Amino acid sequence: MSVMAQERIEAPTWSARWITDRLSGVALHVAVIGLTIAWVVPTLGLFVSSFRHLTDISNTGWWTALSPPFTFTLENYSKVLAQNNLGTSFLNSVMITIPATIIPAALAAFAAYAFSWMKFWGRDILFLALVGLLAVPLQLTFIPVLKMFNSVGLSGTFLGIWLAHTGYGLPFAIYLLANFFRSLPTDLFESAEMDGASTLTVFFRIVLPLSVPAIASLVIFQFLWIWNDFLVALIYLGGTPEVAPMTVTVANLVNSLGSGYHLLTAAAFLSMIVPLIVFFSLQRFFVRGILAGSVKG
Amino acid sequence: MAAVTYDHVVKRYTADVTVVKDFNVEVKDKEFMVLVGPSGCGKSTALRMLAGLETITEGQIRIGDRVVNNVAAKDRDIAMVFQSYALYPHMSVFDNMAFPLQMKKLAKSDIEKRVNNASRILGLDNFLQRKPRALSGGQRQRVALGRAIVRDPQVFLLDEPLSNLDAKLRGQTRIELQKLHNDLETTFIYVTHDQVEAMTMGDRIAIMNAGILQQVGTPDDIYDHPANLFVAGFIGTPTMSFIPVTMQNGTAKASGFEVRLPKPVNSAKGTLGFRPEAVTDRPSEEATLDMKVDVVERLGSDQFLYGQVGADTVTARVDPRLKVAVGDQVKLGLDTRGLHLFDAETEKALL
Repeated sequence: MSVMAQERIEAPTWSARWITDRLSGVALHVAVIGLTIAWVVPTLGLFVSSFRHLTDISNTGWWTALSPPFTFTLENYSKVLAQNNLGTSFLNSVMITIPATIIPAALAAFAAYAFSWMKFWGRDILFLALVGLLAVPLQLTFIPVLKMFNSVGLSGTFLGIWLAHTGYGLPFAIYLLANFFRSLPTDLFESAEMDGASTLTVFFRIVLPLSVPAIASLVIFQFLWIWNDFLVALIYLGGTPEVAPMTVTVANLVNSLGSGYHLLTAAAFLSMIVPLIVFFSLQRFFVRGILAGSVKG
Repeated sequence: MAAVTYDHVVKRYTADVTVVKDFNVEVKDKEFMVLVGPSGCGKSTALRMLAGLETITEGQIRIGDRVVNNVAAKDRDIAMVFQSYALYPHMSVFDNMAFPLQMKKLAKSDIEKRVNNASRILGLDNFLQRKPRALSGGQRQRVALGRAIVRDPQVFLLDEPLSNLDAKLRGQTRIELQKLHNDLETTFIYVTHDQVEAMTMGDRIAIMNAGILQQVGTPDDIYDHPANLFVAGFIGTPTMSFIPVTMQNGTAKASGFEVRLPKPVNSAKGTLGFRPEAVTDRPSEEATLDMKVDVVERLGSDQFLYGQVGADTVTARVDPRLKVAVGDQVKLGLDTRGLHLFDAETEKALL
């Protein structure tokens, strides 16, 4: 039950183990710092460039802007927001992503609970079928689903794309959550049963609170995938500016602007900022969710 | 407060996997009954059938006069303490204990009163707002007990509740549990694989092996009059010495000694059994054992000798002041009042 923190015995100075311990520590730090730099430099470059004039961008590297004379401008942002519907697209992206994250996560939690802790006929076969669905390429579904959407008037609507993303996201979401729920100790469920808790009470008062890390990591996965999705949005929503999300609009920007990539920097940074916020605010859960099940606590 | 009756209870998983066979026990009202046996003997399954966590294949289980075979676990008016404690990790100690009462939809003030009462009994007053992970093993164990106490059940079920505690705490908790049983005046059914727990805590003990009930009785009864070879070997440390013998004219003949049986037995072959305390350094008129000592175990208050008598292994308890070394040849007296004899085939007690 209680895992005692094992005290690490310090090896004598300059012994072979002392040296390998130090070296592996150094190697780890080099790797972490290297990865951080590899991630931060281009991000920072994009961020700085988005505040520079077109002429500056095409003539000098972004790092020259960090020394005087400073010639930053907000023009890129104001232009791209005003001229290219980026404001609308941003809202569209939010409108698409949030329900398309919450709906499958909520449905998956119920389904995963049933798959992991309720006994019903055909449970294992259904679960196997679900795992099988993970391997179906979503491109296969475009034509039949689009045909159906057209016949019921769902194509080009937010409801349509919410349903599409829910369908594509559910197999993985159920699979992830069911595996997590299964790792919860049986005794908890038996104890709750004897305490007189109904199935729904167990779900809301015990399973959900204990599964916050897993659900948070699922939400991050789903959110990032939908926010960055281009293909599904283009197919089911089309390219009309009223409903197009950021990804589609930014892609159009490249086509229409050609060489105008000073505006692209601002647009790209705008589309990056939301996933970054989501990731950083939930990363604590994310790491725990990934480790969940592998380490018994 | 109720009696519990197992009436020809059988638990079968598949046609050829039967884990509990024809189990019959009557637990009296307010009794502390211990179910004991080696792991896999079916004792936990027997308890879980009573708890309502396993279905009953055949037979009846009654709590009081009510047959509970088809009553849902929550409606049986029993509480269970799990080996792992099964505390809800995200709830405070208070909420853990309040949970079963909230499920019964009791009034908030009533819940508070009951939880506070239980926490006072268990000395958990200062920990009510803590989460289980911030508690020691012993405290967690008491929270699990508290969660059972607040429900004021008719029967307490305890499934190896002490096996996750360290040795010293286990001893203390054993005593506390007995006190609790006296205070609550409720029926306790306690499952363990530890015969010391069984001997010290039980009003009566039910010993199981391989799904079959071997013997039910008070600790003294079971210690002094084991019904068969298994019970004799399971209860008592160090274990009873078992020696194959042949009988002739009321005398049992082993490879290294002979002893006159206290009463005649109608059998030609059997297994003679005697506990270490029956073999001492005091001379005996009935039989003298000539032992070659293999191991000497000094415990301060006792000294145990393990060695060979003829071709058989015997354990003896001698005066701790006696100086004995490995390899010594010692003469020991056998007290025939502590003699047991088991049938060679049925393994049932003959004396």
